[in-house]
Amino acid sequence: MHKKTTYLIPYMLWIGLFVIAPMALILYQSFFNISGHFTMGNYEQYLTNGVYLKMTFNSILYALIITMSTLLISYPTALLLNRLKNKQFWLLLVILPTWINLLLKTYAFIGLFSQNGSVNDFLRFVGVGSHQILFTDASFIFVAAYIEIPFMILPIFNSLAELNPSMINASRDLGANSWQTFRRVILPLTMPGVKAGFQAIFIPSLSLFMITRLIGGNRVITLGTAIEEHFLVTQNWGMGSTIGVVLILAMFVVMYLTRDRKAKGGRIQ
Amino acid sequence: MANSVIEFRQVNKSFDETKVLDEIDFEIEAGKFYTLLGPSGCGKTTILRLIAGFADATSGDILFEGQKINELPANERQVNTVFQDYALFPHLNVFENVAFGLEIRKISKTEIKTAVNEALKLVHLSDYGNREISELSGGQQQRVAIARAIVNEPKVLLLDEPLSALDHKLRKEMQGELRDLQRRLGITFIFVTHDQEEALAMSDQIFVMNAGKILQSGSPVDIYDEPINHFVADFIGESNIVPGKMQRDYVVNFDGQDFSCVDAGMKPNEAVEVVIRPEDLDIVAVDTGQVNVTVDTQLFRGVDYQISAHDKMNNEWKINSIHKTSVGQIVGLAFEPEDIHIMRYHETEDDFDARLETYE
Ligand SMILES: Nc1ncnc2c1ncn2[C@@H]1O[C@H](COP(=O)(O)OP(=O)(O)O)[C@@H](O)[C@H]1O
Ligand SMILES: [Mg+2]
Repeated sequence: MHKKTTYLIPYMLWIGLFVIAPMALILYQSFFNISGHFTMGNYEQYLTNGVYLKMTFNSILYALIITMSTLLISYPTALLLNRLKNKQFWLLLVILPTWINLLLKTYAFIGLFSQNGSVNDFLRFVGVGSHQILFTDASFIFVAAYIEIPFMILPIFNSLAELNPSMINASRDLGANSWQTFRRVILPLTMPGVKAGFQAIFIPSLSLFMITRLIGGNRVITLGTAIEEHFLVTQNWGMGSTIGVVLILAMFVVMYLTRDRKAKGGRIQ
Repeated sequence: MANSVIEFRQVNKSFDETKVLDEIDFEIEAGKFYTLLGPSGCGKTTILRLIAGFADATSGDILFEGQKINELPANERQVNTVFQDYALFPHLNVFENVAFGLEIRKISKTEIKTAVNEALKLVHLSDYGNREISELSGGQQQRVAIARAIVNEPKVLLLDEPLSALDHKLRKEMQGELRDLQRRLGITFIFVTHDQEEALAMSDQIFVMNAGKILQSGSPVDIYDEPINHFVADFIGESNIVPGKMQRDYVVNFDGQDFSCVDAGMKPNEAVEVVIRPEDLDIVAVDTGQVNVTVDTQLFRGVDYQISAHDKMNNEWKINSIHKTSVGQIVGLAFEPEDIHIMRYHETEDDFDARLETYE
């Protein structure tokens, strides 16, 4: 009995110091205005000022587009990887880029996408002429999706690898063709992987700011860039914290919507 | 054969270099209970997978009602499988699992409901439609797997060791129920097991397999009474197998004496193996039986004693007797000419059948 509590200490310390305390501080901070007086004004402003609501909507929209495009690329990729002979090796190649620092990868894309970058060199070479690629919505979404893809492939790959192959035989045996088998058996049984990938990408995508700044420029303003702005530029910590609280709430909402649930009975009969 | 449903013609199956099915040839008639019996790894599941369409034969033809089906995808074959691990869909409840095949065939909701409820009734799970698969016991899951297969009214039902995960009592119960179900539905069953007792109890026809080959096929009684070789005799029930020599038709020599028997058609003086089942041996007073043996061990099994003894040529004899003996005692063994079965070395099933034709 005593042993068990001893083992729990590091965990408790971690949770207390690095999860609960920061969240409590953010919540506390969000009730103060720029001159240090207690106020509900931040929340009032957030809810009534169209700018913040539009920003929130934008962030959710971008995060959804990023998550959905990674999902569309990752699911077929995971399916394919699972059929390969040396699948662990090919999976490693997918994971490899995550070991490289995020900032380095972002700078690499600036190099690729800039006016004199390789992509524009190529476009000029084939006679299309150079285009503005950097600081567009498309390049922001592209780079964000590129960086997040491994975190979507991995959980989907794992759930596919865990899928009992006799499930697929059983489905074929009962008359289902490949598509019906995919839709009725493979997809539902790998949903936990899809949900895990969704959580791993959607929530961080809501608060992206570095890629947003460096690749999206000022074209793209999200909750992440707004927090950065409030803390580093306008020094309005209260408002920054309020947006932080909104992000934390969004996180819980997403976790709730993508939770593991198993509907109980009474569906057909 | 007029009503052959499934036929294998010289079917071979190899994985890389290893041959797992070797020249498999058989015919399955409609409406009977067939069993593939053999030790683990002999290729039983592989045969079912070839019939169901989950694997391709390396060579040879697989026919369904006279049509070659080698290339036909699994979902278009009129057979259904009860998998060794049941393979029930964990994301669907019992009703939805059973309805799966019917929904694929776009049958109306009301018809599906009727058919599924009927199938569940057949396997005694009428009230279980709303249950999740994880809430069921092994025996119940196995019944759901059967219901999910038979609801599609397949021409042939393939069952891959469906009872192997059940405890002894439930297993006996399910053997009876399966046999009963097969008779009522009139569907052809191809049942796989490594348990000879189960095979003998349930089947119309048994295929005994070993190492990728079918060694013998026939009714349980045929196979039990007239095993073709040492492996079959040993695998199906207990047996005493002693080396002997065929003196002439109907006379065999073993343990240094001539015995009359009911087998014929061998070459004079041909070396053979003699099979006598333990339950056909009676223990009698010394010198009043056909052979004298010395008792080595005796084991009480509730119903009878399992006795192991040896004769003067040092052949081992197993005897099941309700009479007690004592270790070291010399007793006589009595048996009739009909109790003796003679096996030739390396005789093929065709030659065996042809030889039996000549004198039976
Ligand atoms: N996918 C496979 N790859 C290689 N060998 C296999 C494969 N499937 C089965 N085998 C081999 O084929 C033989 C027969 O297997 P199986 O038909 O499953 O036997 P059984 O059902 O009689 O126990 C075994 O030796 C097994 O190792
Ligand atoms: Mg098997």
